[in-house]
Amino acid sequence: MPSEEEILDKVRGTLVDALGVDDDEVTPTATLIGDLGAESIDFLDIVFRLEKSFDIKIPRGELFPENLASADAGFVAGGKVTAEGLEELRRKMPHADVESFAKDPVLSRISDLFTVGMIVRFIAARLK
Amino acid sequence: MRWYWIDRFIEFESGKRARSVKNVSLAEEHLHDHFPGFPVMPGSLMIEGMAQTGGILLGEHFGFRYNVILAKVPKVVFHSWACPGDQLIYSAELLDAREEGGSVSVEATVGDRSVASAEIVFAHLKTDDPQFSRIDQKNFVFRMNLLDILTVGKAGSGAAGEVSGADGRRGEAVE
Repeated sequence: MPSEEEILDKVRGTLVDALGVDDDEVTPTATLIGDLGAESIDFLDIVFRLEKSFDIKIPRGELFPENLASADAGFVAGGKVTAEGLEELRRKMPHADVESFAKDPVLSRISDLFTVGMIVRFIAARLK
Repeated sequence: MRWYWIDRFIEFESGKRARSVKNVSLAEEHLHDHFPGFPVMPGSLMIEGMAQTGGILLGEHFGFRYNVILAKVPKVVFHSWACPGDQLIYSAELLDAREEGGSVSVEATVGDRSVASAEIVFAHLKTDDPQFSRIDQKNFVFRMNLLDILTVGKAGSGAAGEVSGADGRRGEAVE
């Protein structure tokens, strides 16, 4: 079982290759979309690379859930994620920092849940 | 002009690898502008040919249930030129294939000379998705009509020389 630091190093290499960013940009708190410039298609590339570098399988939607806040599910109201929506996020994304997001659950900030640290925690749980 | 940047498959091992040929010809008009007095195959069109080779390899793996679209080229390196008279061989290997998409690595060679190498990521679109039914075909790596024209030969082992296509003549091109 590698340490969290070792996992972060490998995740960093993965993101440098997938997103063309510098390795010092890949900090645990960096957001994939906002800070590292990832686009939706990059998530698939990242999943492929993580599977290879850690020799694990990542089923669709487990690391990067899709349709996180679909309007018709009652998870969003007035541009904010509702309490039910936050519950859904906690369930779907146990490795994300949902509590920080919950303080100001503006829908436009939802992509900030995808951070480097989230990937590291996801991988660490997988390797246990 | 049709958006076909490969001429023929010469090997096709389902779910594993495929090799295709692109004959570069001085009859291709764009070569007269790229560049005047120094005609070379544009790198972007080589990427397209590599993506068509890899995209059909991926599409066939899923029985063509999805529209395979070129999503991302994480890596491409050009090592040398391809000029009129050169026969480019694109050798694609399927790296990942799953419901959402897949990825390939492709080498482009002329004889023993390495011309380019690339990694390409594809995304899948459902063929019955009405939202995408009007997408310009240039964006598609795979279309059924492209397969008809290319008449893919399948080799059980993928070994050169054992390939035979639907009309039984394709294997002759393999060296």
